[in-house]
Amino acid sequence: MDCGADPAGLKIVGMSSERTIRIERDILGKNNRIAANNRARFLTDDLLVFNLVSSPGAGKTALLVRTVSELKDSRPVGVIEGDQQTSNDADRIRATGVPAIQINTGKGCHLDAAMVGEAYRRLPPLKGGILFIENVGNLVCPAAFDLGEACKIVVFSTADGEDKPLKYPDMFAASSLMLINKIDLVPVIDFDLAKTIEYARRVNPNIEVLTVSARTGEGFAALYAWIRKQAGNQRRPVGDALR
Amino acid sequence: MHEMALCEGIVEIVEEEARRRSFSRVKTVCLEIGALSHVAPEAMRFCFAAVAARTIADGAVIEVVELPGVAWCFACSRSVEIAHRDEPCPCCGSYQLQATGGEEMRVKELEVD
Ligand SMILES: Nc1nc2c(ncn2[C@@H]2O[C@H](COP(=O)(O)OP(=O)(O)OP(=O)(O)O)[C@@H](O)[C@H]2O)c(=O)[nH]1
Ligand SMILES: [Mg+2]
Ligand SMILES: [Zn+2]
Ligand SMILES: [Zn+2]
Repeated sequence: MDCGADPAGLKIVGMSSERTIRIERDILGKNNRIAANNRARFLTDDLLVFNLVSSPGAGKTALLVRTVSELKDSRPVGVIEGDQQTSNDADRIRATGVPAIQINTGKGCHLDAAMVGEAYRRLPPLKGGILFIENVGNLVCPAAFDLGEACKIVVFSTADGEDKPLKYPDMFAASSLMLINKIDLVPVIDFDLAKTIEYARRVNPNIEVLTVSARTGEGFAALYAWIRKQAGNQRRPVGDALR
Repeated sequence: MHEMALCEGIVEIVEEEARRRSFSRVKTVCLEIGALSHVAPEAMRFCFAAVAARTIADGAVIEVVELPGVAWCFACSRSVEIAHRDEPCPCCGSYQLQATGGEEMRVKELEVD
């Protein structure tokens, strides 16, 4: 550190205010604090929260439309939709009769914890139910932003290309479940399921994998069983209601 | 890009520290970035200048201390260094790894005036 020197070369300590300060602060600290508040709030409200992430168009909204339609009669369900623009996705959810709040991030390419906390306050009470958050279609930064969810679900489309887990490892490392969607397309496209799973487990040996088709409904019974298991993990009274 | 959001986070931290410790100029922002974190140091340098313009951190230089990626290998039962998440254990080739270090994204220190 430069303490300041007079022309004769004598050090004059304290003449300059220049100094180095050690702060050791997490760049995402603010988001993480708000996410921790959200998480505490969700636990108090006995709410199971999933953060769905994927590349654009992998089928998050289609999956949610089917899921909330099939679960809404057995327990409270709500959705928070994140898109850069439009309220199309929230409109698709509301058409099922399930409450949805649309967040438009504008130039922002991910949801953050503050946006979710605010949107949650605008939803009707969902005590004992499930909240699905559909993140902005983007396999990069949503991995870094904790929203307070119980876990992340990465939706992967059979049309995405098997090497996506290697190209976007952070997202697959951050997710608990890889939901391989559009499995109905397998007969008509070139898709190697085993290779996709192998690549995903390279970056996350613990990731669970389910295959579904939001179009045909294939595989959803297993998805609901998985959701039921997560509810149990959160030590909530498990809904046999969930079928 | 999310480097923008991260740089905004850095500027916010610097502004808070400036209020708390009363300094008016920042010469250097020293970051610790882990190899397995979500950012590329070059991208941070590039974004920071734009985000910091007309803030207290205007003109500050970004210095990056890169921290290695560290993982526990379940096959060898020991800690190993990896540069990327998709790498196998350098000793045994197993992918049964659990990252234990290298995910840091921290503002370590500031050189201020
Ligand atoms: N064949 C087939 N098409 C599907 C399936 N799921 C979704 N799609 C189609 O894929 C397209 C994108 O689906 P969305 O549900 O809008 O995808 P998204 O992930 O919500 O997209 P963004 O919110 O824009 O990122 C639509 O044309 C859907 O009809 C599926 O299981 N099979
Ligand atoms: Mg959508
Ligand atoms: Zn982003
Ligand atoms: Zn090993």
